[in-house]
Amino acid sequence: MAPYLIRRFGQAVLLLLVVSMIGFAILHLAPGGPMAQYAIGSNMSQEDLDRIAQQLGLDRPLPVQYAEWLWRMLGGDWGTSFRDGQPVLHVIGSHLGATLQLMLTATLLAIFLGCWIGILGAIRRYSVFDYLATIGAMVALSIPTFWFGLVTIFVFSVELGWLPAGNRETVGDGSLLDMLHHLIAPAMVLALVETAIWSRFMRSSMLDVVNQDYIRTARAKGLPRFKVLTRHALRNALLPMITVAGLQMPTLLGGALVTETVFTWPGMGRLFLDSISYRDYPVVMGILMFSAAMVLIGNLLADMLYAVADPRIRLG
Amino acid sequence: MSSSIFDSSPGDSNPGGDFAAREAAIALPPRNTALRRFCRHRLAMAGAIIIAILVLGSYLGPYLIPYDDTFIDIMQRFAPPFSGAHILGTDELGRDMLARLMMGGRISLAVGFTAMVISMGIGILVGAIAGYYGGIVGAALMRFVDAVLCFPSIFLLLALAALIEPGVASITLLIAATAWMDVARIVEGQIRGLRERDFAVAAEALGASDLRIVFRELVPNAVAPIVVAATLNVAKAILLESYVSYLGYGIQPPTPSWGNMLNNAQIYLTSAPWLAILPGLFITLAVTSFNFLGDGLRDALDPRMENH
Amino acid sequence: MAGELLLEVENLAVSFRSRGAVADAVSDVSFRLHQGETLAMVGESGSGKSVTSLALMRLLPDAPQCQVRGSVKLRDKTGSGMLDVLALPEPQMQAVRGNNIAMVFQEPMTSLNPVKTIGAQITETIRLHRPMLARAAEDEAVRLLDLVGIPAPRQRLTAYPHQLSGGMRQRAMIAMALSCEPSVLIADEPTTALDVTIQAQILDLLKRLQEQTGMAVIFITHNLGVVAEIADRVMVMYSGRVVEQADVVPLFQQPLMPYTRGLLRSVPRLDLAGRRAGALYAIPGNVPDPRRPPPGCAFHPRCDSFADGRCNVEAPRLDSTADGRQVRCLRWPEFVA
Ligand SMILES: Nc1ncnc2c1ncn2[C@@H]1O[C@H](COP(=O)(O)OP(=O)(O)O)[C@@H](O)[C@H]1O
Ligand code: SF4
Ligand SMILES: [Mg+2]
Repeated sequence: MAPYLIRRFGQAVLLLLVVSMIGFAILHLAPGGPMAQYAIGSNMSQEDLDRIAQQLGLDRPLPVQYAEWLWRMLGGDWGTSFRDGQPVLHVIGSHLGATLQLMLTATLLAIFLGCWIGILGAIRRYSVFDYLATIGAMVALSIPTFWFGLVTIFVFSVELGWLPAGNRETVGDGSLLDMLHHLIAPAMVLALVETAIWSRFMRSSMLDVVNQDYIRTARAKGLPRFKVLTRHALRNALLPMITVAGLQMPTLLGGALVTETVFTWPGMGRLFLDSISYRDYPVVMGILMFSAAMVLIGNLLADMLYAVADPRIRLG
Repeated sequence: MSSSIFDSSPGDSNPGGDFAAREAAIALPPRNTALRRFCRHRLAMAGAIIIAILVLGSYLGPYLIPYDDTFIDIMQRFAPPFSGAHILGTDELGRDMLARLMMGGRISLAVGFTAMVISMGIGILVGAIAGYYGGIVGAALMRFVDAVLCFPSIFLLLALAALIEPGVASITLLIAATAWMDVARIVEGQIRGLRERDFAVAAEALGASDLRIVFRELVPNAVAPIVVAATLNVAKAILLESYVSYLGYGIQPPTPSWGNMLNNAQIYLTSAPWLAILPGLFITLAVTSFNFLGDGLRDALDPRMENH
Repeated sequence: MAGELLLEVENLAVSFRSRGAVADAVSDVSFRLHQGETLAMVGESGSGKSVTSLALMRLLPDAPQCQVRGSVKLRDKTGSGMLDVLALPEPQMQAVRGNNIAMVFQEPMTSLNPVKTIGAQITETIRLHRPMLARAAEDEAVRLLDLVGIPAPRQRLTAYPHQLSGGMRQRAMIAMALSCEPSVLIADEPTTALDVTIQAQILDLLKRLQEQTGMAVIFITHNLGVVAEIADRVMVMYSGRVVEQADVVPLFQQPLMPYTRGLLRSVPRLDLAGRRAGALYAIPGNVPDPRRPPPGCAFHPRCDSFADGRCNVEAPRLDSTADGRQVRCLRWPEFVA
């Protein structure tokens, strides 16, 4: 397992390096580049700006600047927000919890529903349920998440009045029940696309496993079909889903951004949008890099989990 | 024990873009039976017909109805659908919804289609170069593709959109810039596989120049997966356009697009829900149709195509 | 035949239905199997051997897709009567599978669950049919692994399939199949995927185990060389039908059916290896597609004794000879003479 993980880790580090280069390039594309902060609030003279540029080392060759920028990033110095002067990492950190809560809830919901639908579709292949699930998944994958959010608010908040139309909690309440109440709708919205993805992959994985020789062996032992399914097929079919889970980070983050916007959920996605509208480039850049890092970490975690779960890698 | 969709996963660190997972889920290998093929075929046909209706409606429709999409009629604000002269109602400025949906459709479909063409161009070029030359050039290009895919495309799109002056052309370019990577991967994989086949070797022996080999001999062979990817890419581009426009960084009013029509519809959700429901319905309809069409094309062009 | 009758198959027929086409994968197969006996089922790939054995285990797909006709009678391990296998309700059949009749498959690499330990897979089978505590089942598994010649059996309990070699995996499969002392063991090409030396070991093991337990074995192979090693009786299959059935010695001495002759000629023979290495005979052509069987004798397009106007018109029946053999060929009396 160790060589496998070391190789994966090496690949992730390499990828992170390329990611950081892209990030650096975008940073320098911004109007005024790293100087934007000073250029925008411009009650400074050109001389002042030049002096600051020199102080910031912006007159030096780009590779040197990149190396230094990367070094600062690695050291946790991601710059300060234009808006409130707080360190970028601190700003991101204070919004991360809400996003993670939303993403985690939606993921659990999607895994539960998606696996169930996928398994049922696989064992009742070509049944009416299977067709409806397949077509339903395709439609779900085509629905803009934010619009589904609007429809959800319309149905459950405006028409039925069951769920709050936004925010993480009622001001002044903040009880656990109140928070859960607020969580339902956005989690459901974010889970839609994920459920579709999980059901499709689960179905395919299950179909794959069901046709394997060892399933026939299990039947030949005299195991009832249901036990063949639970004891032999399920674990094998779930294994590749670990990889699928690892690949969900970009979809989840993108979905969270719009879901948070629709439901005024105080997470990283909304912070990103707010920062864009305030031209708060350090935070925008920070979140961009942070989300890419989350994607990479998600992949790496999935690889590690897979290595632990699959005896062929664990012991191989 | 792995199916084709998972073949690349456990041994491959490449993360997907946020739409890549959606697409991969759509692009599961077909398991054919007569009924299933027939069903797919019908759904693909339905998709094609709906696309045709949407395109015709968007381009010809505005000439057939008595309202202009920009005509503001304060006396007719918030007219609900199916209740008066305005079939699909009016918006907060009294503009005819149907006219706006048609004009919005022009923009959304055009942006989707153009972005697809550009992203296919970039993707095919990058993928072909990487696949044909392989080695360090190929590896470097593909690692770049992987790295771009690490950024959730909406984040990347918004960050870039915030840096530029938003306009139809620039937004189209940006969408293409965040949607070409999957195509590059497909083409790279195809061409790397085809490269080893003897006809490429034969062409090389005849002294054809490198680029001629790539584009005359190899790319046509990768045409089936490219056509499928192109169809799915239109769906992806329409979705992306709707996201940025909804968030206010895409197509700017007064030019309507399906996405920006939703931009402040949320405010009127209680009083005029059709403002939110109608444009989204059209986006979903268009995207679903392209997805079903792509799915059907995959089946039709090569039933054994399982390499995605 | 020494022991009592364990299995009686009559007019077994299996047909698959897909996309309107019907494939008669197996038709008109009848045979009997007695205690302690080894019946070899021989034939090229696609001749219906696996389908026949899966039909005996009732492991074929369900009704609309696959239809099984005829009768399969299996001696009840506990009582003295015969079970009507094809009519048994599924729960009762589950009590029969792995208990009365067990199976070893061709691919040891893929026939064991990759994410479960060998021990878990064997004890599962034991405890399914023989209620006992986990510890006792583990001890029993160790005994079985030892029986099939796996070294350090207790350590192997916690091993995963991929940690064993192909031969060891097949031994584990055999241990699993034997765990409930079945009266009939079906071994579907158990050595095909293995090296020649390992093949010999597994054959020896099966022979030894059969002597110890007295079980009957249906040994499926496409290699007649293996048949000579292990079988008492041989059933040659072609295109889903039995084409010849005889005791092993007479069959090898005087094959009556041209297909059997062809198979025998394609056996690699050690005594000829020096002189004609590599020049092995192969029957020309391929097994017919069961969806479009040729008219007359199914073997006629490939037969070296083909008689035009007869073999391609008249379908031969399974004849019984005076000395108790069975053969399906229009011209067999000529070959005896
Ligand atoms: N599940 C199935 N569906 C349709 N046809 C099958 C199925 N299983 C086996 N067959 C067909 O039955 C015939 C006999 O196959 P099989 O018994 O596996 O041959 P073998 O003698 O090599 O074991 C083949 O033509 C095969 O294509
Ligand atoms: S019946 Fe004719 S074709 Fe068939 S095996 Fe006998 S001789 Fe050959
Ligand atoms: Mg077989």
